[in-house]
Amino acid sequence: MLAHTLFFYIFSFIAISSAIMVTASKNTVHSVLFLILDFITISCLFIMIGAEFLGMIMLIVYVGAVAVLFLFVVMMLNVAQQKKEWFSSNDSSKHIPVGVLISIIIFFELTVVIGGWRYKPDIVSSMSLPLNTDITNTHSIGKILYTDYIHLFQLSGMILLVAMIGAIVLTFRERSGLKRQSYFAQISRERSDSVELIDVPSKKGVDIDD
Amino acid sequence: MLDYLNIIFLETYKILFLLVPVLVSVAMIVWLDRRVWAFVQKRRGPNVVGPFGLFQSLADALKYLFKEIIIPASANKIIFILAPVITMTLALIGWAVIPFGENFVIADINVGILYLFAISSLSVYGIIMGGWASNSKYPFLGSIRSAAQMVSYEVSIGVIIINVLLCVGSLNLKDIVLAQENMWFVIPLFPMFVIFFISALAETNRPPFDLPEAEAELVAGYQTEYSGMMYAMFWLGEYANILLMCALGSILFLGGWLAPIEIFPFNFIPDFIWLIFKILFLFILFAIVKAIVPRYRYDQLMKLGWKIFLPMSLIWVVITASYLFYFNLLPGN
Repeated sequence: MLAHTLFFYIFSFIAISSAIMVTASKNTVHSVLFLILDFITISCLFIMIGAEFLGMIMLIVYVGAVAVLFLFVVMMLNVAQQKKEWFSSNDSSKHIPVGVLISIIIFFELTVVIGGWRYKPDIVSSMSLPLNTDITNTHSIGKILYTDYIHLFQLSGMILLVAMIGAIVLTFRERSGLKRQSYFAQISRERSDSVELIDVPSKKGVDIDD
Repeated sequence: MLDYLNIIFLETYKILFLLVPVLVSVAMIVWLDRRVWAFVQKRRGPNVVGPFGLFQSLADALKYLFKEIIIPASANKIIFILAPVITMTLALIGWAVIPFGENFVIADINVGILYLFAISSLSVYGIIMGGWASNSKYPFLGSIRSAAQMVSYEVSIGVIIINVLLCVGSLNLKDIVLAQENMWFVIPLFPMFVIFFISALAETNRPPFDLPEAEAELVAGYQTEYSGMMYAMFWLGEYANILLMCALGSILFLGGWLAPIEIFPFNFIPDFIWLIFKILFLFILFAIVKAIVPRYRYDQLMKLGWKIFLPMSLIWVVITASYLFYFNLLPGN
């Protein structure tokens, strides 16, 4: 139990300090790398409470895919410079009230959640989730997700699909004069329709434009 | 307290027992790669240092050790040094879950296959960080290419893994191997094996998909600014990753440590030797492909990943699931 507690505190310390570093570090690429460290530590914490499936999915989805895109965007745009200009100009003061409002809402929500957990301990047992310790948590998530919550699951899938199509439509632009490779046309070319033998009259030449 | 120390010593011993052979075989596999490559092209390959040139990799490693490590003045030093370390570490920690036999595995975890998948998707960071921290154009272009390529091909590898998992009903690597006792998955899922092999080539940046380090266009891609031991770490990490992908392929499709036929001369050979044979078989295929196929163009690579492999493997998921459901063969029923 001692080792377990020790590891819990180590991981929590890393998670919280890297979360602070995400907002505190000057270089934006460093911020994203700290965010990745935060994701990894959170997934370690998930694994420690026995939710190994969630931890691994967190690694695959957030660290393996989402954070790569973050890193891309941050590396491509020169955010560091923009940030410098932004902080020195007067524009920043306009955004502070919105930021404060959002922080207050998040703080309020967290208070409600943690307070409910802390002062109403029977809240866990009142949730009607069948906790079966005989099967692995991958099985139990599957059993709940694809039976009781199938409609919500499909609905979220639809929302993601719509978002994906929307993103493609928004960024799609037709470019003219683009030569696309067609494997079929390439392979089905014959000697008869691609090579032509022309008798060139002397001192006259031929017109090769077609 | 003594218990903890005991556990720590035992685990360290086990880890060393696995890692030292892996590192040695990575060095040997580089030699094998170059030899196979040479034989296909009717050359000799490295044959001077030691018998058959076996110590060539050792000589190379010594050379790298004594070379100067140059860090570019405008590079981001911390990330520049971290990048090869991360590549190497990620390539090695994946081996923790590879089962070499029924009871011959360091970490027998329930979500082993997801762990391997997560590790292989993390390995893109070493490349991106290296490319960005070098603060120069060729490394950056190389790392962007590599990241896009690895993310694309991971998707199809994920769907292929789902195919295998449908037949097994468990995410544990040991269960996956034991489910192939009657028939290796390479027989019913042969198209998936082919797609897995090609995606593994792309995932490990091997030719014909070695666009991140295309010499003709990008000097050496993300490794351009690296020298000495740091370059060697990238290089070792890359080969350890290739071996890991070969191990994953042999566990998913070629029956892991199982012998092909359960009769005398075959089942007399120990389990882990069979797994090593299968890994070597896949690796020699990797090396042959390197010698005989020209490099893909970037748009062809993306087209192959997204427009051919992803739809094909998705359709195969539907076929597998329908077949298993119709004939009531779904595991767990």
